[in-house]
Amino acid sequence: MDAKHIRDNTVRHVATAAKYTVVSVVSFGIIYPLLMTLIAQTIFPRQASGSIVYESGNPVGSAIVGQLWTKPQYFHGRPSAAGKGYDPTSTGGTNLGPTSKKLIDATRAAIAQLKKDNPDASGPIPMDLVTSSASGIDPDISPQAADYQASRIAKARNIPVAQVLALIAGHEHGRAFGVLGEPRVNVLELNLALDGKP
Amino acid sequence: MTIVGWLQTAVFLGIVLLLTKPLGAYMAKVFEGERTLLSPVLAPIERATYRVCGIHPGKEMSAVAYLLATLAFSLVGFGYLFVLLQTQKWLPLNPQHFDNFSADNAFNIAASFMANTNWQFYSGENSMSYLSQMAGLAWHNFVSAGAGIAIAIAVIRGVARSGFATLGNFWVDITRAVLYVLLPICVVGGLFLCWQGVPQNFHPYQNVVSLEGFAQTITGGPMASQEVIKELGTNGGGFVNANSASPNENPTPFSNLFELVLIFLIGAGLTYTYGRYVKDQRQGWALFAAMAILFVAGFSVAYAAEAAGNPLVHHLGVAGPNMEGKECRFGVPASALFATVTTDTSCGAVNAMHDSFLPLGGLVPLADMQLGEIAFGGVGTGLYGMILFVVLTVFIAGLMVGRTPEYLGKKIERREVQLAMLGALVLPVLALIPVALSVLVPAGTATLSNGGPHGFSELLYGFSSTTENNGSAFAGLGGNLYFNILMGCVMILGRFTFLIPAMLLAGSLAAKVRVPATAGTFTTHSPIFIGLLLGTIIIVGALTFFPADALGPIVEHLLMLQGKVF
Repeated sequence: MDAKHIRDNTVRHVATAAKYTVVSVVSFGIIYPLLMTLIAQTIFPRQASGSIVYESGNPVGSAIVGQLWTKPQYFHGRPSAAGKGYDPTSTGGTNLGPTSKKLIDATRAAIAQLKKDNPDASGPIPMDLVTSSASGIDPDISPQAADYQASRIAKARNIPVAQVLALIAGHEHGRAFGVLGEPRVNVLELNLALDGKP
Repeated sequence: MTIVGWLQTAVFLGIVLLLTKPLGAYMAKVFEGERTLLSPVLAPIERATYRVCGIHPGKEMSAVAYLLATLAFSLVGFGYLFVLLQTQKWLPLNPQHFDNFSADNAFNIAASFMANTNWQFYSGENSMSYLSQMAGLAWHNFVSAGAGIAIAIAVIRGVARSGFATLGNFWVDITRAVLYVLLPICVVGGLFLCWQGVPQNFHPYQNVVSLEGFAQTITGGPMASQEVIKELGTNGGGFVNANSASPNENPTPFSNLFELVLIFLIGAGLTYTYGRYVKDQRQGWALFAAMAILFVAGFSVAYAAEAAGNPLVHHLGVAGPNMEGKECRFGVPASALFATVTTDTSCGAVNAMHDSFLPLGGLVPLADMQLGEIAFGGVGTGLYGMILFVVLTVFIAGLMVGRTPEYLGKKIERREVQLAMLGALVLPVLALIPVALSVLVPAGTATLSNGGPHGFSELLYGFSSTTENNGSAFAGLGGNLYFNILMGCVMILGRFTFLIPAMLLAGSLAAKVRVPATAGTFTTHSPIFIGLLLGTIIIVGALTFFPADALGPIVEHLLMLQGKVF
């Protein structure tokens, strides 16, 4: 093609592109998400609205979003780099690399804090309790991390350790279909159960 | 490493393998305009689109005209998003009242989404209105993926046709790609993700008070409809900053498997479509095999590194795999798998923070991108990237035996080899020169969040990712004016300096007349060919990038073993 031909062609293509942009934005950018919302809100209303958990009518969290826990009578989650901790409007990890001095210092501090919070704990320190999650709002901890906190919770609530351990075992989520992901417990679900709320 | 960890990957690859043939055959039908099961619903929409836009579906385009149409559409789409991002404050569906983006940030984002990269110098949950997300970003996810598929189909036609001057009609191919391939999977897949827990609403963010009395803001938005095309279109731009690591985007191990399958699905299916077009399925399966081998090799290294854990952390008295920057529901195996899959393709979604991977664990996604993202690859881009390597491979094989190289009956001559080499060379140039520049200027190192070799890795990863239109990051690298502009330009150049030689190559091949195979013809579906193809890919990639990688992850690994911190 010569230069004039290419120029004419280009003008024509840009005109088509502009019309195509309008048509596709309306269909894929607007109608598609609106229809999907309509269907999703009809058949999965709880999930579509954020899996909010209510307690006596008040929203106390989302089943899929982790929260900050500090009191001894509740299970605690993982260190979080989301905002000031577990802020869903500022998600993310520490992004510290494996040879980062900051990472090593933070991990050392987390280990010290964990040992201080759980003086009666036995067994190895669970890795997930001293490392920050990727999202900063990880709702889960490993079953080992829950077990590690059992004696502290039992003491704070004045109940037998065995009762706490049984509760953990009862709320463990295994691997999906036996192969996908890792076994875990949801911290909010466990803490609601501790308070005797289903 | 555990058996269950490997089993999960086997299940994943098995599902991809099972879906390759039906999807590939379906795509071949769609792009040849045959009737499919969905035609009664979609054909009227397709015809209406042509009518409104003044497209003549019967009119085929030459390689140059096809390219011009692609470029024109990219240009308009870029301009549209650039304006949308700078006006979102005054537009509807912005319940959190987010402000407009600055011009340089809007430039970077518009370039990023137009180029199917989805590099993100912004955090969606605290800056992007619902309208910008769905009508700006998710729309780009559809059409940039559709354009990628269209181009792959045009390149396939180039290889398959004999004595043709045209490669198809861009507008028809992109329309069929978004309407018949992407949309149906997105409707079903989006609802599946919502069932697993991904929100789909237009609520303002909801305030809750926890059992301990802490206030928390739960984010919302039309996430499921965007999440599904983000993976299927190998776009990768998260609705929220934490991307598929966020439980909002990827709530369960089941949703995680589903997202992984979506990422590989079209790239794998296109290998079968390719076999259909060239009327020899063995050719398609040979490419599939080469891709699968690259994938498994990458996963093994990443999984082994992450499962072994960080020795510097082990010294503190805690044992176990590397869980920094990973989610409990996925653990190490599913995180290493996701990192490999997302960079074998041009997706770039993440379910764990690559910046916190161990040096060799992070080397895998880095090297995957540097090899050209051809292990199933970005939708479309993976296949035409692989075909460029195929041309180089048959050329090298031809040199070895002293015969004029040919591929599927087409003589590979000077022009084809030049175009393939151009495609193989522009990418390293685009990736490495900006890295060298960035370590020399203050603005280039001002926003690193790690010191020592890991800081260099952040830069190397960033420019490898933007050049290859991946979009994943060693996310410690922060945005500033310098990176907004430079990376924006790199993403645009990365998309088109690769696409243009691929299309011209296709045009050149289509024009050639097929010569019949003889006893001396080099077969291109044998294990020997697959081995040679892999060798070519690795030699080209390794020769180009090894020196730079040695300064980043490799030296960091050695220093880590000596107990050094930065």
